[in-house]
Amino acid sequence: MDLVQLQRQLVDYKTSLYNEGFLDEQFTQLQELQDENNPDFVVEVVSLFFEDSERLLNELTKALEQQSVDFKRVDAHVHQLKGSSSSIGAQRVQKVCIAFRNYCEEQNIEGCVKCLQQVRHEYSLVKTKLESMFQLQQQILSAGGSIPM
Amino acid sequence: MGMATQTQFHVLAVDDSLIDRKLIERLLKTSSYQVTAVDSGNKALEFLGLNDNEEDEERNSSVASDDQQVRVNLIITDYCMPGMTGYDLLRKIKQSSSFKDIPVVIMSSENIPSRINRCLEDGAEEFFLKPVQLSDVSKLKPHLMKGITSKETKSNINKRKGMEEIHSPDRTRARYSELEVV
Repeated sequence: MDLVQLQRQLVDYKTSLYNEGFLDEQFTQLQELQDENNPDFVVEVVSLFFEDSERLLNELTKALEQQSVDFKRVDAHVHQLKGSSSSIGAQRVQKVCIAFRNYCEEQNIEGCVKCLQQVRHEYSLVKTKLESMFQLQQQILSAGGSIPM
Repeated sequence: MGMATQTQFHVLAVDDSLIDRKLIERLLKTSSYQVTAVDSGNKALEFLGLNDNEEDEERNSSVASDDQQVRVNLIITDYCMPGMTGYDLLRKIKQSSSFKDIPVVIMSSENIPSRINRCLEDGAEEFFLKPVQLSDVSKLKPHLMKGITSKETKSNINKRKGMEEIHSPDRTRARYSELEVV
C-alpha cells in the first residue's frame, strides 16, 4: 500500500472510531496537545490508560468475588476508571462506568457483575482499535509521511 | 532565579490520577507555565513548606522567600482525592498566613452545584469540570496577573536593598492592593 492510501486508511479508520462512539472530542483535544516537542504525547497518555485500566479491572474482579462485597470500594475503582476513560476520550468505556456506578449505589451485585463484563469488553475493543490506529500511524511515519489530523 | 521579575508563572498541580497529572501538565506547559505536579494534598503542602506546626510555617516561609526555593503562583487541584480532598487543601491554603494569597483552582469530574458553590465561597478562584480543556487554562491568566504587583514588589524589597527607600511607598501601595484583592 502506498503512502497516500495509508493516510486515507488512517483518516477513514479514525472517522469510524468517532462515528461508532469509541472515541469522542476529548481524544481530539489530546491530539491537539501533541507537537514536535512532545511527539509521543498521545501514545504515552493512552499507554498509561491501558496500564491503569488493567489494574482497575483486576481490582474490580477481586472486589466483586468477595463473600461480602464492599460497594464503596468497587465504586471507588469505577470512579477512577470513569475519570481516566473520560480524560482520554474513551467514550464507550466511560458510559458503561456511569451505569456501573449506579449499580454500586443500589448495591446491586448482579448489575455490577454485568457491568464489569461490559466494561471489560468495551475496554478490550477500544484498546485493539487504538493499537491498530497507532500501528497505522507508525507505518505512515516509517514510510516518510506525516500523520493527517 | 535571583531576578525580581519572574519570566514564567509556576503552577502547582495536585491530582491523584497519573493520567490527569500528565494531561494537566501538558495543558499548563502548552500555555507556557512552569509546572510541578504532585499526587496528594499532603505532598502539595510539603512542597510549599507548610506544616501543621505554625512555628515551622514561619521558619519555612522565610526560608522560601530568602532563597526563592518555592515560588508558586497558582495551585490547581483535583477535588476527589483519597485522604485530603481538594477542598481540604483549599481550606488549609486559605488558613495559612503565608499562602492564603495564592489563587486556588479546583477541578472535578462531577458537576455538583453545591460542591462548586462551596469551593467558590471558600476562596477557590475557579472550578473546572474535567476533562480540563485549553479554554479552561486560558482562564487562569487574570488570577495569575492579579498576584504579580504585590509579589514583585515584595521580592524587590528582598533583593534590591540599595533601593529600599524608593520602594517603601510601593510597599504601602502593595499592602493596599492586597487588601483590595482580598
